[in-house]
Amino acid sequence: MAPFDLVALLGVTGSYLVYLAIGFAFGFILESAGFGDARRLAAQFYFSELRVLKVMFTAIIVAMTLIFLSTALGLLDYDEVWVNPTYLWPGILGGLIMGVGFIIGGYCPGTSLVSMATLKIDGAFFVLGVFAGVLLFGDTVEYFNDFWHSGFMGRFTLPELFGLETGVVVVLLVLMALAMFWGFGLISKLIYGKQEDHSPLGARMAAAFALLLVSSLLLFYEQPDADRKWELLADKYAPRLQQRTAYIDPAELFHMMNDEYIELIIFDVRDEQDWNQFHLVDAERVPLQQLTAQRKRMKSLPENAVVVLVSNDEILATRAWKQLMAIAKPNAYILEGGINHWLNIYGVSDDEVDDHGTASLATQDGSLRHPFKLALGARHAAARPDEHLAPQREYTPRVKLLKKISKAGGCD
Amino acid sequence: MKTTTDETKYWNPYVAGVLLGVVLFLSFFITSHGLGSSGGVNRIAVALQDLVVPEYVDSVPYTARMAGGDKNPLDSWIVWEVAGILLGGFASGMLRKRVRLQTYHGPQISSRSRWGYAFLGGLLMGYGARLARGCTSGQALSGGAVLSVGSWAFMFAVFAGGYGLAWFVRRLWQAE
Repeated sequence: MAPFDLVALLGVTGSYLVYLAIGFAFGFILESAGFGDARRLAAQFYFSELRVLKVMFTAIIVAMTLIFLSTALGLLDYDEVWVNPTYLWPGILGGLIMGVGFIIGGYCPGTSLVSMATLKIDGAFFVLGVFAGVLLFGDTVEYFNDFWHSGFMGRFTLPELFGLETGVVVVLLVLMALAMFWGFGLISKLIYGKQEDHSPLGARMAAAFALLLVSSLLLFYEQPDADRKWELLADKYAPRLQQRTAYIDPAELFHMMNDEYIELIIFDVRDEQDWNQFHLVDAERVPLQQLTAQRKRMKSLPENAVVVLVSNDEILATRAWKQLMAIAKPNAYILEGGINHWLNIYGVSDDEVDDHGTASLATQDGSLRHPFKLALGARHAAARPDEHLAPQREYTPRVKLLKKISKAGGCD
Repeated sequence: MKTTTDETKYWNPYVAGVLLGVVLFLSFFITSHGLGSSGGVNRIAVALQDLVVPEYVDSVPYTARMAGGDKNPLDSWIVWEVAGILLGGFASGMLRKRVRLQTYHGPQISSRSRWGYAFLGGLLMGYGARLARGCTSGQALSGGAVLSVGSWAFMFAVFAGGYGLAWFVRRLWQAE
């Protein structure tokens, strides 16, 4: 499934050549569209030429349609695609400042580059201005750091904002863009008394209709849900279950509980009754149905975070692991043998527990094999065994901390 | 006039838009992120700054993250993309014979004052792009295509800023 790990595939130099090629196509198209000429860009704001609007919105709706068709068909993993995180207020203020800069200077950073590349002196001055602007920003950002981080909403998308299916949002945006092309053309005609666009109307209508038709496919091909996503990703992640590298020994979890360097997140996916009987200190009860609500948090975990999924044995926790991998791919593991195994080691022979003997790991039926007389929750000693008194165990360490590949998009 | 011959050689904007959309899609499909330019310009600017005043670059957290110590701010994909944009723009200009030293300016202002306004606009653009964490390509185009809420808000803000001021600065671009 795309996107690809370019550096792994092509090496660092190879990946840079791909970016060079993409940049080349980008620059070539911008120049061919007339964006090396500030007058044609500025004309957008006087309705005399509408190239900016047309090129930009056509590109957005075409790319959007192709992206979400690919994700619907299981060719592209949307979770792996960089979506600019939302910082609402600095985004809006920055946008307003850029709009002002656009109408005064006549370019935006990308178009000024192609203008300069074709030896336009005004383009070169604009690029110099951008240099000065970014350096000035670096020098002044410390005075308003709080504002620069305000309105943070993380990875927040329009379907989430409106509570609509992705396909519906895409079709609505395509319709909006088509309406804007028509409306702006109308305004232009009102002001200047003649058609702004001389290309054949029939061809334009046909193209608009074709795009609308293709994007409408998204209404029928839905974006993959967690189950289907798991199927698509199974090749990559199922071996971890088969080779049991996703399962960690209770002693490794115990070790991590006492490791200050690790941000340990324990999700207990059992029902409320078992949870009330006994659960680990600092565990969070997250039933399977509520896992998807953790998506955002799971996607923005720090590098030292480790998620451990816990159920009575391994059945539910394994199901939860698959779901988590499908929605967010955090650095997650499953407690081997679950709570039953944990209590075998750290908990039995205590008068609060009806001792039914050691729970067998081979037979799993999802039940808590160590019934408690009282619902002790996390107050039982085994909820966080004493670092010095608990039995020591040999184990094979499975947990690997992530070293995040820096994957900032656009303009970082 | 030259303008009219240029005009006939420019692509139809819808055709350019479709092609740009395909490139943008391929960028996401292959590399996981969209197109960008201001970030590359930023890194080049910081690299130049690092040549002149390295101690200063290391002392400011924002620039130190890119160029602190022995970090090379040019060691980033977006710098290569910017190099590609320059080459692509140049190639397209060469093919259509548009590469020549000249200044584009409105009929009412001189080349010299146009340079000043271009610099001022660039300064605002550069500053705003950093504030908004992206420019027209990195935020509006790329973030817009993957449905980021912040990118759409940003996009409308850019148009609002441009349209809001356009009437007051019409002398820069329009005839009497």
